[in-house]
Amino acid sequence: MHELSIAMSIVEIAEEESARRGGLQVTAVHLRLGLLAGVVRDALLSSYELASAGTRVAGSTLVVEEVPGVVYCSACKVPRAARAPDSFCCPECGAIASKIVGGKELEVVSLEISE
Amino acid sequence: MTTETRIIEVRQNVLKKNDVLARALRQQFHDAGVFVVSIVSSPGSGKTMLLEKTLALLQPEFRVAALVGDLATENDAARLARSQAPVKQITTGTLCHLEAAMVRTALEGWSLRDFDFLFIENVGNLVCPSSYDLGEDMRLVLMSVTEGEDKPLKYPTIFNSADVAIITKVDLAGAVEFDRATARHNILAVRPGMTILEVSAKSGAGMDAFLHFLRVRRAAGDAHAVSIGSAPALASTD
Repeated sequence: MHELSIAMSIVEIAEEESARRGGLQVTAVHLRLGLLAGVVRDALLSSYELASAGTRVAGSTLVVEEVPGVVYCSACKVPRAARAPDSFCCPECGAIASKIVGGKELEVVSLEISE
Repeated sequence: MTTETRIIEVRQNVLKKNDVLARALRQQFHDAGVFVVSIVSSPGSGKTMLLEKTLALLQPEFRVAALVGDLATENDAARLARSQAPVKQITTGTLCHLEAAMVRTALEGWSLRDFDFLFIENVGNLVCPSSYDLGEDMRLVLMSVTEGEDKPLKYPTIFNSADVAIITKVDLAGAVEFDRATARHNILAVRPGMTILEVSAKSGAGMDAFLHFLRVRRAAGDAHAVSIGSAPALASTD
């Protein structure tokens, strides 16, 4: 359950950005979360409420955009969407894919501010 | 009064602070010539036992040290200190994983140049440590034969973040009817091309190969980052 630490980092990033721009009021934080990032969306959402309480970004909403996992299949020689975080086999030919090319994202993309 | 909503772009990795710190640590380790190996696994899969034996066996040849993370108690540090190697306990309180800042703090007072190998034993946890780069050169994930062959499928992220899988307690494999082929298949399914070693720290089986592997990797100065980002897959030792 490291979602609380992650949520606290997100709050910190949002607060810093808000302060840097003269204390803008943040209403939402947009996050990209990869399927293979090892972070559970629902746990993160409830942690966010806790982590943001009493801070400059209290009351803001965390909006999570989930990003699929992508593996590179060396047999088919193309990137393929991973079916689940527990399988890096190519969904087409079944070969074990040699490389993960996407799905580890954990990134604050943008802030929604009201003025 | 109307309020308008505006979007401002940020584009910042949430774990940036940890990653920046981990990169700085990795550079320090590299400059000091110390090879850093971290160990992750579920509680009770044999991290401390493997480390205890490894420290003792490497010592005639190398200068070794260890950091060991736990929520509470200094029991593991006391166990490891029997090897006479410098050992420090990191107690994390309620935190379920180690972060780069904790490693940095724990290293205060040690001169990295005094060591050839530094081992970092993470908190027993197959979920949370996967996201945190500690600046290590190589991350080992342990899985004991008593845990079930499908462990990698249940916890794919941690296996995927590690460089090498070590199957431990192989002296018990017969008693628990461990299915070796299935376990290896499952590891490779979540981390294609992963190096897999098998050991029993208790009986000593596989320890020579494990120590040889550590020596070779150290000599190779295998200092590319662990695969939290996207390190290349390693060759299997099969």
